Amino acid sequence: MSRAKPVLQGLASLLAGVVFGVGLAVSQMIDPNKVLGFLDLAGDWDASLLLVLGGAVCLSTVLFRVLLRRPAPVLDDHFHLPTSSVIDARLLTGSVLFGIGWGLAGYCPGPVLASVGFGNAEALWVLPAILLGAGLQRWLDQRQAPKPTAVDPPDSLDEFVIKN
Amino acid sequence: MNHFTPVSALVGGLLIGLAASVLLWLNGRIAGVSGILFGLLSGSWPERAWRALFVLGLVLGTAGYLILTGTPAPVRHGFPVPLLLLAGFLTGFGTARANGCTSGHGVCGLARLSLRSLAATGTFLAVALLTTFLVRHVAGLGT
Repeated sequence: MSRAKPVLQGLASLLAGVVFGVGLAVSQMIDPNKVLGFLDLAGDWDASLLLVLGGAVCLSTVLFRVLLRRPAPVLDDHFHLPTSSVIDARLLTGSVLFGIGWGLAGYCPGPVLASVGFGNAEALWVLPAILLGAGLQRWLDQRQAPKPTAVDPPDSLDEFVIKN
Repeated sequence: MNHFTPVSALVGGLLIGLAASVLLWLNGRIAGVSGILFGLLSGSWPERAWRALFVLGLVLGTAGYLILTGTPAPVRHGFPVPLLLLAGFLTGFGTARANGCTSGHGVCGLARLSLRSLAATGTFLAVALLTTFLVRHVAGLGT
């Protein structure tokens, strides 16, 4: 039974991915012009995306409430939920940068992946750029990680410059 | 020209919510596309396998739907490539930094009633609205 679990988990992921992908196609989230039509409040505004997000959030809010009452998911011994709840500068600056990216071209990560599958040439530019950006952030994290808290680094430098 | 498509938008949204719920119910995982994608590039083998299958499913789901229903794939012509590259780079850097995107924070995070995800979603949505305004109406690009 336990040997079959990784296979079943893989099938479950595949199934969830398929349903997710169909949802992106049905809702037309895969059309960057449709997305920008929603983000462009000052233009010929298209409210459709509000219903996409609204429908997704409402249904999953109800189902998550029920599902998370279980002691564990069906195919694993515990839920893998995010542990962080802090609202810090990192979260907000990251979200600002993502917002600029989303608003510039109308692509968030899900539709970009979906677009690779049906041969949208734009995705062949956007996806490598996404991976490059994510790689840079991860590289910065790794550079910072091993440093123990020794001497107070750049903050004091800024202060020094300002004082001068 | 944009047309309000409430039915397909709502049905599509419900499918996305259903997909997120299936992944949580069966595997106990959060359906955050950026996190799943970036985790695919580094990490242990079983971790990579479920992520790869989710991504494969997503690609097949969209392509399969378009083929089976005979829906023409949306194509945009003449959008500036430098803008695509910049948009992609900021999206990758920003979602890796904020640990989530439209699906991870915007759908799953809000569904978990996470204030952190609410702050992220409010921020990227507001900034995206402002950015689109600046690009289309101030710079006159990309329309």
